[in-house]
Amino acid sequence: MRTFRLGGVHPEENKISTNAKIEVFPLPKQAVVFLNQHLGAPATPVVAKGDAVKTGQLIAKAEAFVCANIHSPVTGTVNKIDTMKDIFGYNKTAIVIDVAETEEWVETVDTTPDIKREITLSQKEIIDKMKEMGIVGLGGATFPTHIKYMIPEGKKAEYLLINAAECEPYLTSDHRVILDHTEEVLIGISVLRKALGVPKAYIGIENNKPEPIARLQEMAKQFEGIEVVPLKVKYPQGAEKQLIYSITRRCVPSGKLPIDVGCVVNNIGTAFSVYEAVQKNKPLIETIMTVTGKSLGQQHNYVVRIGTPFSDLANAIGGLPEDTCKIISGGTMMGKAIVNIDGPIVKGTSSMLLISEKEAYRFEEQDCIRCGKCVKACPMGLEPYLFSSLINNGKFQEAADNHLMDCMECGCCLFSCPAHKPLTDEIRLAKTKLRQMQQKK
Amino acid sequence: MSNFIVAAIVVLGAVGLIFAVVLYFVAQKFKVIEDPKIDEIAEVLPGANCGGCGKAGCRALAEAFVKQGDMEGLRCPAGGDAVAEKVAAILGIEASKAEPQVAVIRCAAGCANNPPKSSFQGMKSCAFANSVYVGTNGCAYGCLGLGDCYNVCQFGAITLDPTTGYPTIDEEKCVGCGACAKACPRMVIELRNKGPKNRRMYVSCLNKEKGAAARKTCTNACIGCGKCAKVCPFEAITVENNVAYIDYTKCKLCRKCEAECPTGAIVSVNFPPRKPAAEAPAKPAEQPAPAAAPKLDESTVINNENTTNNA
Repeated sequence: MRTFRLGGVHPEENKISTNAKIEVFPLPKQAVVFLNQHLGAPATPVVAKGDAVKTGQLIAKAEAFVCANIHSPVTGTVNKIDTMKDIFGYNKTAIVIDVAETEEWVETVDTTPDIKREITLSQKEIIDKMKEMGIVGLGGATFPTHIKYMIPEGKKAEYLLINAAECEPYLTSDHRVILDHTEEVLIGISVLRKALGVPKAYIGIENNKPEPIARLQEMAKQFEGIEVVPLKVKYPQGAEKQLIYSITRRCVPSGKLPIDVGCVVNNIGTAFSVYEAVQKNKPLIETIMTVTGKSLGQQHNYVVRIGTPFSDLANAIGGLPEDTCKIISGGTMMGKAIVNIDGPIVKGTSSMLLISEKEAYRFEEQDCIRCGKCVKACPMGLEPYLFSSLINNGKFQEAADNHLMDCMECGCCLFSCPAHKPLTDEIRLAKTKLRQMQQKK
Repeated sequence: MSNFIVAAIVVLGAVGLIFAVVLYFVAQKFKVIEDPKIDEIAEVLPGANCGGCGKAGCRALAEAFVKQGDMEGLRCPAGGDAVAEKVAAILGIEASKAEPQVAVIRCAAGCANNPPKSSFQGMKSCAFANSVYVGTNGCAYGCLGLGDCYNVCQFGAITLDPTTGYPTIDEEKCVGCGACAKACPRMVIELRNKGPKNRRMYVSCLNKEKGAAARKTCTNACIGCGKCAKVCPFEAITVENNVAYIDYTKCKLCRKCEAECPTGAIVSVNFPPRKPAAEAPAKPAEQPAPAAAPKLDESTVINNENTTNNA
C-alpha cells in the first residue's frame, strides 16, 4: 500500500457521519456573501444596494490575477454592501442579500437532475468556464482553480492527481460526494483531465473508505484514463506534497509548486463543482458540509448555500448539545474554532464540528524534553522543537533559514508532543511575523 | 630525573617567551583604537538594553553618540533628561531636552463593560491570537489580554490583571521606552507626553466600527459621534474611521471633551477632583456605564412630575 515517506500521525478517525446521505439544506433568510472567500485579492462588486438578483447571477467580479468571481447564492434583493463579521469575528466587506420567497435561477443554469456525460467544450473553453463560474479549490486553501490550469511556459503537466484522501478526522463530505455523486465526480475528473491535456488521472483515496473505493473502481471502468489508488491511512495523506509523493514518488522541492514536478492536484469536491460548472453551467454557490459531533444524536451531511449563517445549521440540528465546548470549522487537526456563530459559510467551509469539553481539553504546557517526537512526526522533515526555541527568542529569520516556510501547519508536531507545547501555534505566529517583515521590506 | 624537569622548564619557558614576543607585535599591529568616551557613556546609560532608543542595546547607543558627536536624533528614553545631561557632559555639549513620555493603554477591555464571550486555549501570545481570531470579548481592535506587553517590559512597569489579563501601567516605573507599544499587535499602547503635573487625556478606544456596532461590542467604545471634536477649542481632536484621537501636542487639558463624551471613552488622568459646582454636569460622562445615565434621567423626570402633580 502506498503512502508518504516521512512522518505522519494516526489521530482517532471519528468518521461517524459516513452513513448520512447528503441532504439539501433550506435557504437562509439573509445571505451574507463575502467578497474575499478565496486566496488572493477580494472581488469587486458589480451590484448595488436595492438591486434584484437571481440565484447564480454574478455579483462580484474578479479583477486581480489571483481572484475568483462570486455569484449570488440566493434570489432576492441586495440589502447592503457593508462590513460584516466573519466566523472569527473579524470585519470583512460583504454583499448582504435578503432572500425572496420564490427562488429563480439564472436561465443559463441547467437545474435538471439529468447527468450530462458528453464533454463538448475545448481545453481553453473549460478553463475559461472555471474562471467564469468562480471555482476555487475546496480542499481548504480555496486557491482559484483556473490558475492551476494555466501552466507556465517551460513546464509540463504529466499527472492529474485527485485528492480524495480526506485524512482529517470527522470529515465525511468527500466520502459522501463519492457515494452520492459517483458518476458526476468522474465526469468532473474527465473534464479536468481534458483541461490539463494529460493521458491519466489518479484518484488518491485512503484505505479506510472501502465502500467509496469499490464504487469508484467499479464506475471508473467506464471512463478512460482514470485510476483509483488506495493509500495507507496516515495523516496528512491528503496534503498536496504528501499525496504527490504517495502516488508518483516525486518530491516537490522546497519553495516550489507541484507543477515543477509535473503534477496538478485537485480535491474531489472541486472535481464535483467543476462538473457542475462546466457541464451544467452552475456557478460555485454551494458547499458540501459535514455537521457532526459525538454528542449529536443524528449526524448530517448537508449541501448548503454560501452565505448561510452557522447558527441556521445549529438550529437545524436542534440546537447545540449541552456539552459543546468548541465549534470548529474544518477538521480537528487543521480547522479553527469559531467565535461568531452568526458568521456565514464561505466557499471553502467543509464542516461544522461540535467538540465537547473533554475532547477539547488542552493539557498544560511543559518544558521541551528533547525527545524528538515532533521531528519524527513532521511530514515535511522539519524540526519543530528547534523552531520553538528560535521563535521564543525572537529569531524569526533564523527559523526561516531552517525552512520554516515549508511548514503546512498540519499539526502533527503538536499532536505528538508529550510536553503539550503549542508548536503549531508558534510556527503560525512566526509565519505571520515573517510575512509582515517581508512586506515592510 | 631532575634533568628531565629542568629540560621541560627550559623548553616550555623558551616557547612561551617566543610566543609572548610574537603576540606582543601582533597586538601592536592590529590594535583597535576605541574612544574611551564610549565606555564612559555606556557606564551612565541604564544598561537595561530595552531597545527603546532604536539601537541594539545601550552600548550601541553609546557608540552612536560618540560617532555622531552630538545628540541630534539620539536619546535614551529610559534615562530621560538626567542621563541626557550626563551624556552631554561627557561629550562636552549642551543637553537637548525632550518631553518625558509614558505609555497609555487605549482600550478599556477587561473592565465590566465588556465581559468575555469566548475563551482562548492556544499559545499565550497576543500576536498569535490576533492572527487567529478576534479576541475573547469580540472586539477586533482592543486589547487581547495575553500579555505580550508584559513580557517585553524591562522595567516592571506593567502588571496584568490576573483574571482578565488586561494590563495596567505604573507611570512611576514606566520610562517611555516604547517596547510595549511595538510588541502590541493591535497598537493599543501609545506613547504620549506625560503632561504637566502628569496630567493627560486620551481616548481609551480604537474601535473603528460604526457607532451602533461599536457600542454593541463594548459599552465603553468610541462611537465616532464627533461631539468632542466640536467642543474642543484647540482643534486637538480628530475623528477618523469612527474613532476620535486627541493630539497631545495640541491638547491644553481643558477637559471639555471628557464632559461631552456620551460613552466615557475619553479618560483623564491625575486631575484633582472637580469643584462641586462643575461636578454635576460632568458626572454622567465620567460614569463608565452609560446605560445607567438615561435611566437615572427618566426616573428623575418622573419624580419631578410626580412632585409637581402632588403639589
